[in-house]
Amino acid sequence: MTDAFWNTLWTGYVFPGGLILVHILMLTVPLLIAVAYLTLMERKVLAAMSLRMGPNVVGPFGLLQPFADAAKLIFKETIIPSGANKFLFIMAPCITFILALIAWAVIPVAEGWVIANINVGVLYLFAISSLGVYGIIIAGWSSNSRYAFLGALRSSAQMVSYEVSMGFVIITVLLCVGSLNLSAIVQAQKTVWFALPLFPMFIVFFISALAETNRHPFDLPEAEAELVAGYQVEYSSMAFALFFLGEYANMILMSGMTTILFLGGWLPPLDIAPFNWIPGIVWFCLKIFVLLFVFIWVRATVPRYRYDQLMRLGWKVFLPFSLFWVVATAGVLVAFDLLPKGV
Amino acid sequence: MALLDRGARAIFLWEVVKGLGLTFSYMFKKRATINYPYEKGPLGPRFRGEHALRRYANGEERCIACKLCEAICPAQAITIEAEPREDGSRRTTRYDIDMTKCIYCGFCQEACPVDAIVEGPNFEFATETREELFYSKEKLLANGERWEYEISRNIAADAPYR
Repeated sequence: MTDAFWNTLWTGYVFPGGLILVHILMLTVPLLIAVAYLTLMERKVLAAMSLRMGPNVVGPFGLLQPFADAAKLIFKETIIPSGANKFLFIMAPCITFILALIAWAVIPVAEGWVIANINVGVLYLFAISSLGVYGIIIAGWSSNSRYAFLGALRSSAQMVSYEVSMGFVIITVLLCVGSLNLSAIVQAQKTVWFALPLFPMFIVFFISALAETNRHPFDLPEAEAELVAGYQVEYSSMAFALFFLGEYANMILMSGMTTILFLGGWLPPLDIAPFNWIPGIVWFCLKIFVLLFVFIWVRATVPRYRYDQLMRLGWKVFLPFSLFWVVATAGVLVAFDLLPKGV
Repeated sequence: MALLDRGARAIFLWEVVKGLGLTFSYMFKKRATINYPYEKGPLGPRFRGEHALRRYANGEERCIACKLCEAICPAQAITIEAEPREDGSRRTTRYDIDMTKCIYCGFCQEACPVDAIVEGPNFEFATETREELFYSKEKLLANGERWEYEISRNIAADAPYR
């Protein structure tokens, strides 16, 4: 073994690998903490909106509640139903959780702060969020329980339906940018955030994001009133916690995606003195925070949709509406010669 | 025109926006709930909580073992055994209430001719074992001593309405 070999090994593989590992940790650790505190925020905001207190006993203002919940879930017994397919039953929550995390690889949290700055970032995100349905449908099937199975069926139908209109919304954004690179999409919003010219698309995307993450008012897969907890019904302990974390990580991911596509990512609202002193990561987190608040706010406001209403909204309202907007946006861009050039 | 109006409301999600505004305004309203273990809501003088056996001011037990409470108890939670005491007065030797059976209807205190068995204002007597909820005469008398002030005030407050 020569020195050159060791040198190449170090500079070519070990060092970059270690660097990526550090980057991943730098992203996932704050993300998981954010997920933990999102659960607390949800409970607090919901409590405030229904004139209750919310958790306030564990730690000051209940700030340690997420850790108490986590400890409780970890120390509980994992119960695997005797009729369940053991391997898939355990795989399903892992899939949900892993998919919720790996999507973050392409999300630029600030200028140049991205693990993988790939040119098909949007496609990658879209693919990963579509794969999310597997975790749920596998969970529903492998539980060998009617409630879980019904929840999984609903969930897969719902996610597939809303992905279609979501795809069209993304296409309108891509038409305005001319690139699938997420950093390029953010940079294209230097003058004006896409939320303003594409406002209807922004709303459609946000509502589809609610459906995509199975949040209220589209939480039919869980529907505690009819399906007790849908696909999660047979899960306990850490497996349940993984689903829970996955769901909330997905919420943050969808908020991040909305931020990048419509709210100018890490860019300040106006590129003038007091705003551009604040680092981009702060703006990014702030925007995600506001969107997450809206997620919870909607939950506190809107009752659950019926299944046929959900499907009607997805296929008969959002799909034609977003399709029309794709055509309209493309038409405007061509007519006024605004198409992005040279990408 | 009505169609246009309805269409506009639907497309601008007017109802949803209005609803969101309402929930947002509720966020800043005063809380309807209290911080329970630290704050407590008011209790009326007729509140029917944990049972207590009272004594007269001179320390004599009120209960004369007439067993009216045992007879009226719809859950049959009360068990009384009685015999004459050395001085000839009739007193209970055993007065048990199974608090797991009790439905807190308050018939026992209504039936009592001497205001001996009463339901006090205490409702926080949860226990870790079932056995602790089988109250004996000693436990009930101890309750009476502990809650006498509140109980006598409640009886006085309720007296004008009887």
